[in-house]
Amino acid sequence: MSVEHASMRLIDGYARGDTDIAADEVWALEAHLEACRVCRDRLSAAVTTQATAVAALVDTVWSGLGPQLAATATMPRRRRWSAWMSAWMTPVMVPWLAMVVSVTLLALLLDLVGTGSSEVSLVRLLAPVLPVLGVAASWSRGLDPAYELTASAPRAGLYLVLRRTASVLAVVVPALLVAGWVTGMTAAQWLLPCLAFTSATLALGGVVGVTRAAVALVAVWAAVVVAPTLVAGRTTFALQTDGLPVWGLVLALGIGVVIARRGAYSVLGAHR
Amino acid sequence: MMTAVSAADVAPTAYAWEIQASGLRVRVGRNRMAVDGLDLSLGTGVHGLLGPNGAGKTTLIRTLATVLRPTEGTLELLGESAGGMGEHRALRRRIGYLPQEFGYYKRFTVREFVEYMAWLKEVPKADIPGAVQRAVERVGLADRADEKMKALSGGMVRRVGIAQAIVNDPTILLLDEPTVGLDPAQRLRFRELLQELGKDTCVLVSTHLVEDVAAACTDVVLFAEGRLVFQGPPDELASMGGPEHVGDSPLERGYSALLQGPEQGRGAW
Repeated sequence: MSVEHASMRLIDGYARGDTDIAADEVWALEAHLEACRVCRDRLSAAVTTQATAVAALVDTVWSGLGPQLAATATMPRRRRWSAWMSAWMTPVMVPWLAMVVSVTLLALLLDLVGTGSSEVSLVRLLAPVLPVLGVAASWSRGLDPAYELTASAPRAGLYLVLRRTASVLAVVVPALLVAGWVTGMTAAQWLLPCLAFTSATLALGGVVGVTRAAVALVAVWAAVVVAPTLVAGRTTFALQTDGLPVWGLVLALGIGVVIARRGAYSVLGAHR
Repeated sequence: MMTAVSAADVAPTAYAWEIQASGLRVRVGRNRMAVDGLDLSLGTGVHGLLGPNGAGKTTLIRTLATVLRPTEGTLELLGESAGGMGEHRALRRRIGYLPQEFGYYKRFTVREFVEYMAWLKEVPKADIPGAVQRAVERVGLADRADEKMKALSGGMVRRVGIAQAIVNDPTILLLDEPTVGLDPAQRLRFRELLQELGKDTCVLVSTHLVEDVAAACTDVVLFAEGRLVFQGPPDELASMGGPEHVGDSPLERGYSALLQGPEQGRGAW
């Protein structure tokens, strides 16, 4: 703010309500007081010393108001946690994330017990598609009641989609990390397909809607990889270490498409 | 520190109309044009958007809220082109929008929900609590502000919808059927709020209640089959109708007079 402050003479005169201050001086002083805390403090000090009638009036009003103010309920403290949470995920995502985590735990349990095809780890089979479910719930017309409001907000678009995707991954990846550690998988084996599927969902989602994209990708994964693997009882190419460059390529492609079509996430189409 | 008048308040506007559309066409679905060649200029004031069901009112409001992209034609909002692929962040900060289906999170309190919307609308963080309180007070929900949304009646939920639309002090306010579910007393209060907002905001209210328009709007936009049928003050619309037209009030008779032509042969209602 400005370094020049009003003179004490002017402030005292203003506090007393002197009529001999020039109009332009009053105007300049009031404009300055609006912006300058120091001078407002000086003015309030001047009022108590210079204008005892005003000070007495203020005290009377305060003493009348005090009991009423004490009786009025204050605004409850803003719940920091909920405000912070809603910046990262919507309430409707919570049950979906809980489901994803419980599916992971269930798959892990089945792996450990050793039922079904002992050759292939169930966690590894499910890992790529698990975050897709969370992402679908995070940006969906059918599941999110406030979809239209969200889409019309300035913050909508790629920024919010990525924020919510990040929160999905923040829940899913640690769960998978634990599962992978228990079953002895290397992180790259499931993390790369997992991220590739997430980016592919977002990329496809920009065209046909995130929910539809998620459903399509999960169906394709189930038909092409999960079913043959469970029937044949051996690891398909998609899950072998040789397949990793392909997953890397899918991930890069997905990210590229998402960035190129970022405008698509701020209109209603991407919510289908 | 808030000054009484900021530089932004006194800056001259660089546009003639808040909303200006010419030759606007918006496709919905495969090949239906819900808005079909619309020329419209709206300035400050309360504009009532009237029209039969399926006239394209909701599509038009969605297009103005920039959640649908125009297929053809030009649309300028606050002097900025609203077509194309951009995200329109700066423009959206100055728009308030209440969709026809107002969805909300049941577990949020009124204050939390409006705060959340203020965050989505990029209201500066320090201003959010004050702006939320102001918006909630304006719709008369200050005493229920800390109740969960699921405990509210339909009319109150609608008022929360209006509160979230005005929380960012928009220059363009788009309300799609805001009076649905409001009881008569609330509707009166809502009309007062509209008149108050219309002093410095371009408010577009879609409704099919003709009496809402008569009471609160400075201007009527009559819209049918994706085209503009009439735009002018309510009195002028009322003067269009004669005793031979259907309706209980002059405005309703004017409404049916203007819509009679193409609609008559259909036999539907």
